[in-house]
Amino acid sequence: MTKLNRLLSSIGLSAALLSAGAAFASDITGAGATFPYPIYAKWAEAYKAQTDVGMNYQSIGSGGGIKQIQAKTVDFGATDAPLNETELAASGLTQFPAVMGGVVPVVNINGIDAGKLKLDGKVLADIFQGKITKWSDPRIAADNAGVALPNEDITVVHRADGSGTTFIFTTYLSQVSADWKKSIGADKAVAWPVGTGGKGNEGVASYVQRIKNSIGYVEYAYALQNKMSFTQMKNHDGQFVKPDDSSFKAAAANAKWDASKGFYEILTNEPGKDSWPITGATFILVYKTAEKAENTKEVLKFFDWAFANGDKLASDLDYVPLPANLKKLIRDAWKVQIKDVSGKALWK
Amino acid sequence: MPTFLQEARLKRQVVQDMLFRNLTRLAAFAVLALLAAIIASLVVGSMPAIHAFGFGFLTSSVWDPVKDEYGALVPIVGTLVTSGIALLIAIPVSFGIAIFLTELSPNWLRRPLGIAVELLAGIPSIIYGMWGLFVFAPLFGDYVEPWINNHIGKMPLIGPFFSGPPMGIGMLTAGIILAIMVIPFIASVMRDVFDVVPAMLKESAYGLGSTTWEVMWNVVLPYTRIGVVGGIMLGLGRALGETMAVTFVIGNANQLNKSLFMPGNSIASALANEFNEAVGTLYTSSLIELGLILFFITFVVLSLARLLLLKMAQREGHGA
Repeated sequence: MTKLNRLLSSIGLSAALLSAGAAFASDITGAGATFPYPIYAKWAEAYKAQTDVGMNYQSIGSGGGIKQIQAKTVDFGATDAPLNETELAASGLTQFPAVMGGVVPVVNINGIDAGKLKLDGKVLADIFQGKITKWSDPRIAADNAGVALPNEDITVVHRADGSGTTFIFTTYLSQVSADWKKSIGADKAVAWPVGTGGKGNEGVASYVQRIKNSIGYVEYAYALQNKMSFTQMKNHDGQFVKPDDSSFKAAAANAKWDASKGFYEILTNEPGKDSWPITGATFILVYKTAEKAENTKEVLKFFDWAFANGDKLASDLDYVPLPANLKKLIRDAWKVQIKDVSGKALWK
Repeated sequence: MPTFLQEARLKRQVVQDMLFRNLTRLAAFAVLALLAAIIASLVVGSMPAIHAFGFGFLTSSVWDPVKDEYGALVPIVGTLVTSGIALLIAIPVSFGIAIFLTELSPNWLRRPLGIAVELLAGIPSIIYGMWGLFVFAPLFGDYVEPWINNHIGKMPLIGPFFSGPPMGIGMLTAGIILAIMVIPFIASVMRDVFDVVPAMLKESAYGLGSTTWEVMWNVVLPYTRIGVVGGIMLGLGRALGETMAVTFVIGNANQLNKSLFMPGNSIASALANEFNEAVGTLYTSSLIELGLILFFITFVVLSLARLLLLKMAQREGHGA
């Protein structure tokens, strides 16, 4: 009898699950980058509360996100490293930035407080290339008068997994150091000449906290949440800046966004005296000609809502919202770029 | 009972038997088919890399996603070295645990200790990885590695393997964490096989005046060697393929270093780290080829173990 009961209740349960599945069918699906996952999830929660439309995002990594949207299994893909014009054209996709973040170098040197150490981009590249091996190196000391730099070996910590963070960081190093560009280059994973690899931001953060006299790079949010000692960086205009909301926003505001190129823009080494030099946006990919027009429209509605209402949520999680002028550019681009199969614009 | 009823029953039984036989056969063949399918998909997936790099893939230590050049030497070495360290530590310790549990432990302690060993085997590997990174590595780097540096590191020959910056993470740490992970497997298999040694055999040896060690080494171990080797292989299999725990503590750097203190990489952790974000045919295909190599290594190791057992059996046959 009890067995029968259990059986019946499990049938009831699966029926309930099935009907729930039917309700999910109208939800937006997306997949891709792990870096923006917390904010997408937060936006989705708030959006669902207001509109009853849910958003189901799988943070499987940018590479996976690109593959999924190409296979058309999701409504949008998300990637930290933007696709360039030819890549977009090849698969009929268009892209726009959703939210920004910064990458900050973090150090663990006895007696040096957060934000005290100042680094030049070229020096940073040489440290990560193993050309500068001691903290007391005169080239580091040159920018740090009055800071007691120990005569100790530098231990470099980098990401072990492929990541958009590494892409932004190595893009910056390639821009400031010709030698880095030639011998290592920029990608989501590179052939690191020296150092130890940590898995994920948390892996790098914990290695840096563990290993004395080490230097690594993490997303700004991680540095903040783990109270790590970040460095100041010399930017394109020769000013030393600290990483924070305003310096990331300054970098974004000074960039030359071009909607026709799918907003392909890596916010590293941007001009402007307040610009943080290692900033980056994370991107959303959708089809230009939407086969499932309704779904794509829901995606646009979602991000339109997020641009209008999501800034506070983003800042709370230490992401940097897009500047207002960029949001306008993006909405304008939607109007002309995204159409349904009959050629009618999806966004008005 | 009338004969036609008997016949009907017999017929039914024949059908039942046939059904049963075919069902079990189907299950068994499904395993084979699955294995073949996995190998086939690995081979097909790694074809682009095999074409591009050939055998050079095995001997090259370059891993450069920017220039699209890949070689598997560092992860192969890392996998073999960490598994080797793990077995070097785990075999004697497991042997000790098994001897204690079967021969020396007081009866009331036997069950709780045995259960504890089995529980250790059930802990998910990520827990070992996190424990390794947050608890073991700091202690190891602060207290043990400096000591090893000062003492073993100065010795000739083996010195270079044991000197380097005491970071607490690296190949040696990975090997030790792996050892901790495989000890429960090896120890519980050893205990189980030691338990089935006939009491008479052991009693006779004790009766002849053997010490416990002599009984274990000369009577119990030869009697149970197939099971013991099997247990060790089980442990080695786990060590070779272990992913998360190793990823946390090995340091994940594509470098070949003499020193075991330095970071390295293993096949499984390279896959775990890079597969998500690998874009492009050659990159993905090289990672799949890494998987194929791991498959091959495991296969070779298992075959070697079988061969070893066979040789041992033959030698015994000649001796008798």
